[in-house]
Amino acid sequence: MKRAALTLFFVLAGFFASTAGIASEINEAALAADPVAEKRLQALSAELRCLVCQNQTIADSNAELAQDLRREVRAMIRDGKSDQQIIDFMVTRYGDFVLYRPPVKGITLLLWGGPVVLLVLGLIVLIRYQRRRALRVAAQDKPLSADEASRAEALLKELDNK
Amino acid sequence: MNRYYWILGGFAALVALLAIGLNLNPRDVPSPLVGKPAPAFTLNVLATPDKTLSPQDMQGKVWLLNVWASWCVSCRQEHPVLVEFSKKVDIPVIGLNYKEVRGDGAFDMGKMGADEERQLAYQRANKWLAEHGDPYKLTVMDLDGRVGIDYGVYGVPETYVIDKAGTIRLKHTGPVTPDVLAQKIMPLLAELNK
Repeated sequence: MKRAALTLFFVLAGFFASTAGIASEINEAALAADPVAEKRLQALSAELRCLVCQNQTIADSNAELAQDLRREVRAMIRDGKSDQQIIDFMVTRYGDFVLYRPPVKGITLLLWGGPVVLLVLGLIVLIRYQRRRALRVAAQDKPLSADEASRAEALLKELDNK
Repeated sequence: MNRYYWILGGFAALVALLAIGLNLNPRDVPSPLVGKPAPAFTLNVLATPDKTLSPQDMQGKVWLLNVWASWCVSCRQEHPVLVEFSKKVDIPVIGLNYKEVRGDGAFDMGKMGADEERQLAYQRANKWLAEHGDPYKLTVMDLDGRVGIDYGVYGVPETYVIDKAGTIRLKHTGPVTPDVLAQKIMPLLAELNK
């Protein structure tokens, strides 16, 4: 059983290592052709969402559409377009959704501000809880009043007598 | 006691937020093209390959642009709806055949020449329309999908409603169902044709 699992692990590891190798070979070949353009292509592709497989960038995705969009980006780089022009080209066609970093505007306020609001709320709750707890603990730590002390003494004495 | 209401309220709000989120369709990406002029193209017509069509040729008419391909499974589902529509309603439907050959995935495009691709695309598209019926006034051929990119196509089938001035008024991603037709498309067409 253990041996089978180990074999499986090595087979899988080998598989991933080999696919990674292929991918980097392709990238390197392309990089060699025009390193500056290729670097820009990779940086831009990593900012753009593939609309078919929605949680991948067009750099990661091998979907048809991602390949087409990479081809478009490459053509625009060749034509001397700026990064902003290329991003605008994508946004006018596919909307803000194509951006992996959505712009801050009215409709995305909750998206950007939400985590901060939750953090602040959490801190407020935490601080209030800590304060109340501190008060409670302080109340318990108070030295006994004369009355309480004599009662405690009486109780202890009672125990001793038993 | 009071604080439990707070916690319960917060929890209910969270459940409501997640429920809304789960019911949204992540495939339904709002198109920035709605309200903008339909992007220009000049593409060859399927039935008469020596002729071309541009959106300008449709100026003055309300028309539908329907993106399809013979390899697209959902297109098969929506096709009878379009055929029915074209029989009943006097609104031209233009077909945009999207990447007929290279979108299929069954062909090694590295080995296929441009002429061979064109021939195969026309043959396949014609065959498909002969088999399933032809609801289109015309179909134009977007072999490499460039026009598809200009229209923000990301999931075939897609349907656009374009008004007399050539402005895109609606984009529907996914198959046109009788419901979509009755509730979204028909009322809009009636309004635009007033």
